Parts: sequence; C-alpha cells; structure tokens
Amino acid sequence: MQYATLRGPVRAVDGVSFDIGEGEVVGLAGESGSGKSTVALALIRVLHPPAMIKGGEVRFRGRDVLAMSDRELEQFRWRDVSMVFQSAMNSLNPVMTIGDQIVDAIRAHERVSERQARERAAELLRIVGIEASRIDSYPHQLSGGMRQRAVIATALALNPPLMIMDEPTTALDVVVQKEIMQQIEDLKERLGFSILFITHDLSLLVEFSTRIAIMYAGEIVELAPARELFDNPLHPYTQGLMSSFPSITGEKRKLTGIPGSPPDMVAPPSGCRFHPRCPYRREKYEQVVPRLMEVSPGHFVACHLYAEGRRATLERTEIGYEQEEE
Amino acid sequence: MRFLVRRLGFYLVAAWGAVTLNFVLPHTMPGDPATTMFAAFRGRLRPEQLKAIEQAYGLSHAPLWQQYFTYLGHVLRGDFGISLSQFPAPVTTVIATGLQWSILLGLVSLILGFLLGNLLGVIAAWRRGGWVDSMMQPLLIFIGSFPYFWLAMLLLFFLAFRLGWFPQNHAYSDYLAPSLSLDFVGSVLKHLILPAGTIVLVSIGGWMLGMRNTIIGVLAEDYLIMAEAKGLPQWRIMLGYAARNALLPNVTAFGMSIGFIFSGQLLTEIVFSYPGLGYQLFQAVSNLDYPLMETLFLMITLGVLAANLIVDLLYVRLDPRVRTA
Repeated sequence: MQYATLRGPVRAVDGVSFDIGEGEVVGLAGESGSGKSTVALALIRVLHPPAMIKGGEVRFRGRDVLAMSDRELEQFRWRDVSMVFQSAMNSLNPVMTIGDQIVDAIRAHERVSERQARERAAELLRIVGIEASRIDSYPHQLSGGMRQRAVIATALALNPPLMIMDEPTTALDVVVQKEIMQQIEDLKERLGFSILFITHDLSLLVEFSTRIAIMYAGEIVELAPARELFDNPLHPYTQGLMSSFPSITGEKRKLTGIPGSPPDMVAPPSGCRFHPRCPYRREKYEQVVPRLMEVSPGHFVACHLYAEGRRATLERTEIGYEQEEE
Repeated sequence: MRFLVRRLGFYLVAAWGAVTLNFVLPHTMPGDPATTMFAAFRGRLRPEQLKAIEQAYGLSHAPLWQQYFTYLGHVLRGDFGISLSQFPAPVTTVIATGLQWSILLGLVSLILGFLLGNLLGVIAAWRRGGWVDSMMQPLLIFIGSFPYFWLAMLLLFFLAFRLGWFPQNHAYSDYLAPSLSLDFVGSVLKHLILPAGTIVLVSIGGWMLGMRNTIIGVLAEDYLIMAEAKGLPQWRIMLGYAARNALLPNVTAFGMSIGFIFSGQLLTEIVFSYPGLGYQLFQAVSNLDYPLMETLFLMITLGVLAANLIVDLLYVRLDPRVRTA
C-alpha cells in the first residue's frame, strides 16, 4: 500500500498480514496515522489515486480480491464485505433520505422491486432501533447516534459475512458509544457475521474481540488473542498503548502514554520503526528490521527483545517513561 | 413553508425597489420628453403644441410624490403608457411580442448551456485528465471569455453570411405568417440556432468548470467512498451522489448568472436583429422612445428577480437542508 505525495511515495501499510475466521472479531488498533483505515479501504479496493496497492494479496473465501474485474468487484462489495465508516456525519449522502440510501444498496445487488427493498429498509432500521417512520428522514434530521445506527443498518442490508468497522463510535459521546457497541455485539450474536474492528481505543476491544492486531507505522507489531494481549502485552508499543488508558477496574495507576510522536512516513525510521521511541533501543535495532515471530501459541510479536530472549516489562517501562518525561 | 414566505416577502420588496428606481432615475434627469421633442422640431412648433404633446403622452407637472403614486397605480394596472416610436400602440402591446421571443431564446439557450455544461463537467471530473477534461475544457473556457456580441458577429459572418447555412436575421422567415404549421416551427428553430448557439457556447465553459471543480471537491467526501463500498455502479455514484451534491452551488451560480445572460442576450439579439426585448431596447434607444425604454428596463429587472425566485424554489426541492431553515 503506497501513497504518492509531493515528498515522494509513502508506504502507508507494509507487510501487514492477518486472517479473519468465520464469526470472529478481529481488532486492529494503533495510533492515528498508523495505517489502520488504509488497510480497511485496501480490503475492498476503494482506494483512489494518489493511493495505490503496490503488491500483496487479499483473499476472501478463496477468491482473490485484487484480481477481480470492476464488475466482480461491484458485486463483491457490500454483498460479501460491508463497511461502517468512521464518521456517520459524512458517510451518508446529505441529499438522500436514509431509506433511499439503504434501498440503493439493496437494489445494486438484488433484483427486487422498489417496494420490497423499502420494506426491507424499514425492517433494518427497526433492527438497529430506529423507528420505521424515520425512513424518509434526511441525515441532518437525525442525531449522531441515529445516523451511525442508520449506517449500521445499511451495512446489514445484504447480510454480509464480514463487516469492517472503522472507528464506528469515535465521533459519538460515551453513552451513545456504549449503546452502539452493545448493539453491534447483539447483532453479531444474532446474525453471526465476522467483524474487523478498527479503533485507536484498545479498551473497546478487550470485551469485544477474539484477536487483536496492533499496528505501528504501517506494520503489525503484535498479534494475539484478546485476553492474552491484555494479560501479557509483549511489544513495548503495546505496553505503552495500554498504559495510556485508565484501568477499567478502577485501580489507581499513573497514566503514562508513549513519549514522542508517530514517525514521518515519507522517511520512516530504519530498522525497527519503533526504535526512536523505544525505551529498550540498542544500536542494532536501528539497522535490523524485526520479524513477526510466534512467542507463544497464537501470540506474535515483532520485537528484537524477544528474539534475544529478553523481554519488556510493563512495570519497567512505566518507570522508564516517567523518567524520560521528567 | 416559512422559508418560502420569507423569500416571497423579500422578492416583493425587491420588486417594489425596482419599480421605484425606475421612476426616480428618469425624473432626476434634466428635461423631459416633451421639451426634447419640442426642441427637435427647432421652433417649427408653437408653445400650444407643446401642451398638446404633453397631454398626448400623459406628462404632468404635478408634484413628484403625486406623480409617483399615479405611476404606481398605472404599473399595478399594467398600464405603461404609449410607445413614442410606434404611436399609438401601448407599450405593453409592443413589448408582448418581444417578450415571447426573448423568453424563447433565453430559456432555450440557458437550459441547453446549463445541462450541457454540467454534463461535460461531470464527465471531466470523472475522467480527470481525459480528453474532455484536458482539451475540451480549456477550449470552452477560451470561447467563454469572448464577448457575446463578438462571437455572435463571427458566427453571423461565417456561418450565415459566407456559407449561408443559417438565416441572417429575424426570428422566422419573412415569407411566413405566424402559425403552428410545421413550416413555421421549423423556420423558428432554424432562426434560433445561431443566437442560441452563441449564448450556449459562451456560457457552457463556466458551467463545466464549476461543475468539474465542485465534483472533485465532493469526490473526497466519505459518502462517496461509502457509495463505492456499497458496490453501486459507477454512473449511479456519479449522478446520484457526486453530481447531485455538486449541483447545489451551481444552482446558485445559475441564479446569479441569469442577469449576465440577460445582458448578453441583449447584444446577441441586436447582432441577429432577433425581435426580442434586447432588439426592442436598441430600437427604443435609437428612437428616443422613453416609455418603451423605461418599461423594458423594468421588465429586465423583474425578469432577473423572477428567475432568482425560481432558483430559490428549485433549491428548496434540491437541498433538503434548506427546507427546515
């Protein structure tokens, strides 16, 4: 995945590889600009110049998405993989009623009458908790939460096996956020689709996902079952991410965060891309790129420490970070 | 509804302003039509005849405010006086024929230019860098910067005069009497091509550029990515999502440009001796036909107002967000 910029090509996503099983929820987490959303767009090939896919493979139930013709691609989108976008505010067409936008999606894929499609749209709105009478509302007449529900209803329209959710709750206030998350979980239970859940908020993923991948500077640095990742985060970056959130159980602990800022992707750091911000950095890490390796069953990490038999400890990093901040 | 009432109120006030200005401006000019005529006869008229002229044309020496109310009353009754150059026909009768032709020419060229320009704009935006975008667009912008009358004269000279493909003047053949026969309609269309073509050619580039640029702005919107992710066919995304949203600013531009089209149309009509309001205005000015001139100015102002009102109404249809405002 590469973006052409005035300052030269940017490899926004590089060597990212993961799989999503049927009925599974995979979380993809990382800071802003780490390439999470770009991965999502690449999966259904809705990237436009200056963005381009320079290589790699996307397989859906054995079919190669990158090799599909335009016609195949149109059919593949939404029927097989649908998507809930980051801001419901902007992902709905302001001059069309929400009903028409759902009908649009249905009729692009199925030969059904306008009336049947409308009935289905009303049903979908009911499922996500919007009164069917709102079917002729325009996006600006709905609250933020309702708009996001309408987008979710649209994503459900063709009952796809996989849904990509790109920060579906980021633009909402905490209460609505909670409701929507609950709803997504219920729907998933009932309909059994898989989810690729993209967020910068790790705390959302704990309860919700089966596996979590952590992205940094366009690469996956850690991939593990959700519980395992929380109990035993290995990569210093993952540990940093964890310590930037307040604990849910309420135990008092200093929030530290990660010093420094995400790298400039036009000229990413050599070697391990995290090295400028890593408390364990050694000279060698600036030269050699770490490989993603399986440390324990299903738990992958790309960090030199583990190749050398050392490990990063959460306690130590906290002290380390505090010292650096002061 | 409240929006509509507010808009209507605004247009009423604007119309009143136009009518009033139309009264005030000529009255601030020194002299009056009667003395001008009197002077034109260089003493061959006697002072009593001046009185007669004043009476014939309804000129009075009453206080200005009184004249103003008489004038308002007459305007409301649709009485605009008597044409000097086509005495004794009332101005309204003279204008009625011109108005038909102007509306025909104006509507045809405006709608054609708007539709073609926007369609080309959509194509240029969709195939950015394609030949429509990189060749046709600059050419049309180039043509668009010509003055109306210049392009009109160019077309008149080459296509009508030199090649004889099109008639050189008037709205229909001099040998036909107005009727609904095929011959007559055909003749009207044939006479319409060059004047309308001139206006379309000059205006099309602006529409195209406007549409293209707004679409390119709209293309980056999330709802377009979502429309694409929904697997909609390309043309559906382009027309239903991109162009539909990009049309909004262009409709506003449409309203504002109507005034320019009017003035452009005046010149085009003069070049082709097309018997519309513009040509009549030209004649009125050369014949010092004050009542006709005044009424024409008023008609043009009211025409622009009416066109803007229509655009406002159209906007309510197009943008659901305005309805609640």
